Amino acid sequence: MTKRFALGIFDDEDVLLHAVENVREAGVKIYEVFTPFPIHGIDDALGIERSRLPIAAFFFGLTGLSFALWMQIYMLGFDWPMIIGGKPHIALPAFIPVSFELTVLFCCHGMVITFYTISKLYPRWKTPVLDVRSTDDKFVMAIEVNESTDMTKLTQLLRDNGASEVNQKEMSKF
Amino acid sequence: MATLTHHESVTAEYLEVSPNARKKFIMIIVAGVIVLAIGLLLAALGIGAEHHEGTAAAHGATSHGAGPAAGHHGSPAWLKRLIVSLWHNNVFFTGVSAIGTVFMAIQYVAYAGWSVLIKRINEALSAWLLPGLVIMVAVFLVSLINNDIFHWTMPGIMEKGNANYDAIIAGKSGFLNIPFYLIRMVLFLGLWAFFTKRLRDLSLAEDLNGGTEYFHKSINVSALFLVIYAVTSSISAWDWVMSVDTHWFSTMFGWYVFASWWVSGIAAVTLCTILLKQAGYLRFVKEGHLHDLGKFMFGFSIFWTYVWFSQFMLIWYANLPEESVYYNQRLGGFNGQYTWMFFANLVINFVFPFLVLMTRDAKRQMIMLKIVSIAILIGHWSDFYLMLMPGTMKAENGFVIEIGTALIFLGAFLLLMTKRLSQASLVPVHHPFLDESVHHTT
Repeated sequence: MTKRFALGIFDDEDVLLHAVENVREAGVKIYEVFTPFPIHGIDDALGIERSRLPIAAFFFGLTGLSFALWMQIYMLGFDWPMIIGGKPHIALPAFIPVSFELTVLFCCHGMVITFYTISKLYPRWKTPVLDVRSTDDKFVMAIEVNESTDMTKLTQLLRDNGASEVNQKEMSKF
Repeated sequence: MATLTHHESVTAEYLEVSPNARKKFIMIIVAGVIVLAIGLLLAALGIGAEHHEGTAAAHGATSHGAGPAAGHHGSPAWLKRLIVSLWHNNVFFTGVSAIGTVFMAIQYVAYAGWSVLIKRINEALSAWLLPGLVIMVAVFLVSLINNDIFHWTMPGIMEKGNANYDAIIAGKSGFLNIPFYLIRMVLFLGLWAFFTKRLRDLSLAEDLNGGTEYFHKSINVSALFLVIYAVTSSISAWDWVMSVDTHWFSTMFGWYVFASWWVSGIAAVTLCTILLKQAGYLRFVKEGHLHDLGKFMFGFSIFWTYVWFSQFMLIWYANLPEESVYYNQRLGGFNGQYTWMFFANLVINFVFPFLVLMTRDAKRQMIMLKIVSIAILIGHWSDFYLMLMPGTMKAENGFVIEIGTALIFLGAFLLLMTKRLSQASLVPVHHPFLDESVHHTT
């Protein structure tokens, strides 16, 4: 499916931040903003909801902890009990370092994999770039447009808010 | 920044300690005195006190072998408890007090901007250092009369042939002798107080004159202080806390005591920030600042647990008698009277903050932070109780005298801290990072 975008190009992140606030206030929906580096406060300005990744992280961690405890208790307590240092077979203090490490391991791998999947950053995925300069020194605000959009009004709005140029681009893979 | 659009100018803001608040602090002291008096009376009448005979049998490992010495040393139980609990509270409050300057110094060295608005609270927290020094020296000297706190101060314990001779303790005489101990105590606390004063003076001069000169000077002072503190805090942990169990040692102990002071200090700053905010001050302190303080409390509660466990597990695993005696006393020793505290310590200082402060929302709500910071302060006070009491009071520990003393310290601490807070603007108006702190978002 092909989508059409109006692209406002900005030279400065502060100008962009104010523009984001004003454009949203004018009732225009912003599709996405592309910037060369993370901008503090832009999530709030764009009204992006908080990620639910921490909830996933908690459950990955819980899985890791359960796995670690099950593994050690089963192996050392039931499958092949051994006396080590005169301690009981199931000696919890000795299990804590391994449980901690596996919790962290499951948690961070789970988070990275989840994040890459939902961001579509898996191998062979071609990331469409609306304007290559957004990887260098320009800040790009993309607004989805269709036939009924008043382009002159939108261009004017972006220009008034400090866009140095306003382009249009079609993208097939969005 | 998005928030620049609704910019409001930051002006100086002065705390006025209302007579009402001061009355409350004095009431805390009065309550403490009453509780203390009741406790002393109960202890002097011998209610709930078992005597040495039962104790010595319960923990053969610490009763230093030489029977005659163990039998008759020490003041009457009520006096000994009072001296030990003065020591306990002073070590706790003085250590927490020093964290104010440590925290501020770290913020300076890290070029951190967010914490500028709570800087004055850190400065005020350190007001207890000089009174702490005086009390510590005084209590130490008083304890020498009957060797109530430290076993190694017994006369003749380091002399070969003396009835009190203890070869292990004698081997430590190069470090654990009274003159050197006192020099260290005065030097360390004096240095901490000196750097606190220096940073405070620079900060107040900055308020008057502005400019970045004071800021750069503060960074140099802070860096020097942090190096000194890193060494001295560790040694003071051995001196003030670990040498109570003179035979025993742990290489984790400096970190362990520091972790306890540090997380309590952050909890104290958080609590003070919230109380000031609820009283209508600090209007530029927003959720973001509280969130960061909450992260600190959460993170360093885990850090404390990490250090606690690192110390515990090695001793538990190796199970060497001279090391594991420390945990024997606390887990089941003395008829098991410290056991509940041992586990409660872990619950209140780790499980509770860990579970309650895990979510982002909890760290941004004043009520949650308030509950957790109070829990952490009580928890680490008990942590120091658990470090000091089994070594000093053995089975004769109690809570009434100790809580009374703690209330007196708390009231005095608050009086001094609020006085220091009211002496300067709560907002360091000319700090170069003030604007960053006002617009801090997380």
